[in-house]
Amino acid sequence: MIVIVNYGMGNLGSILNMLKKTGFTDVLISKDEKTIQEADKIILPGVGAFDHAMLNLKQSGLIPVLNKKVMHDKTPVLGICLGMQILGKRSEEGNEEGLGWLDADVVKFRFDDPQKKIPHMGWNLVKDVKSNILFKNMPHQEMRFYFVHSYYFKPNNNVMITGETNYGISFTSAINQDHIYGVQFHPEKSHKFGMQLLKNFAEINA
Amino acid sequence: MLRTRVIPVLLLKNKGLVKTIQFKTETYIGDPINAVKIFNDKEVDELIFLDITASKEKHLPNFELLEQLATECFMPFSYGGGINDFETAQKLLSIGIEKLIFNSLLFEPIVELRKIITNFGSSTVIGSIDIKKNFWGKYQVYSHSGREIKIKDPVIFAKRMNDEGVGEIMIASVDRDGMMNGYEIEMLEKIATAVSVPVIACSGAKSLSDFKDVVENAGASAVAAGSMFVYHGKLKGVLINFPERTEIEKYLK
Repeated sequence: MIVIVNYGMGNLGSILNMLKKTGFTDVLISKDEKTIQEADKIILPGVGAFDHAMLNLKQSGLIPVLNKKVMHDKTPVLGICLGMQILGKRSEEGNEEGLGWLDADVVKFRFDDPQKKIPHMGWNLVKDVKSNILFKNMPHQEMRFYFVHSYYFKPNNNVMITGETNYGISFTSAINQDHIYGVQFHPEKSHKFGMQLLKNFAEINA
Repeated sequence: MLRTRVIPVLLLKNKGLVKTIQFKTETYIGDPINAVKIFNDKEVDELIFLDITASKEKHLPNFELLEQLATECFMPFSYGGGINDFETAQKLLSIGIEKLIFNSLLFEPIVELRKIITNFGSSTVIGSIDIKKNFWGKYQVYSHSGREIKIKDPVIFAKRMNDEGVGEIMIASVDRDGMMNGYEIEMLEKIATAVSVPVIACSGAKSLSDFKDVVENAGASAVAAGSMFVYHGKLKGVLINFPERTEIEKYLK
């Protein structure tokens, strides 16, 4: 069973719906500790501001069960957008600490060129800097996904970087370390590539 | 490289879709869920839904319908209409809408909008500004209620919204809505130059060359259109459509 964690931070219905469309019906949206405890895989979504997300997670009381599932049980987890950013330690966007599962900071885009608008918003290419199970059955270096963010994930350890995207600078748009996955873009809003990526995550043998 | 977004704008009235001319003269277009399914198949970049009666009739967004639409929608989905407070904004985001479009609220005391931006991030907020030429040919900001507003200059108003932290600014033209006579290039250029956030150009598109025009000559970051995607042919028969990606790429990078 895949559990999409509902901690009050945005888009869950379309993730569920897209997974179902790829043929995975054993998917739930939940904020229930017991349900999360039983998950084979966890999806951590999120849109909005970093502190708001962390405060919501704290208030939901789900951090202990998530820590246990991910750090102890090694349950595969996919962080999407802000859900990826909170996998790191901290963000320039706020004062709250992240989940800290990965050694990374979240930093703001800074451009001198006024033509480079922030947020980075729209369909952009993800270059797979190394082969990864999430990119299975996708056209090499031609994967286009939908992004919307003003901050980006900056790993302190480059080994976890699987995908990079260029927007003024080259930034990390996909990561994987052991059973922890993260994507800065929104697969659930990225048509066929997004569908393939979610399918690939669902098919990982835990 | 970031692709220029091409965004169909669909107008909700009750549970159906309509298309307007100059913000009036409504034509019934069809069922919104069916439209989302068609646009999914066409792999459209992004969709905008605007409820054109919510603010006017002071009713809340139709959460039930919007949740159905957001769930069906495999592309980014923005919504505007009747979002007047933090609670409504929060509820819309929770049912799966990516971005919220604000128009009437921009004319209210800024505190509520600030609260929304602080909590949900700039990326979630689109400021929608309607412009109209007055009797003397001067552009003005147009509010639906026709109320007197203190800042009338669209450029100053857009800059102020930019400073308040909206993530994008959508500019629609009352004069060009539904007219299919090209975008309001001159004013769009001034606004896009003045602000640091992406500008979505709306109103007036007839063909792909209009997209090219507004991107190259006005610096728009995204192009939106209504009539072009819901009408077909010279007689403007109702047909939801979207050009092939290869066709778009002949005009847009």
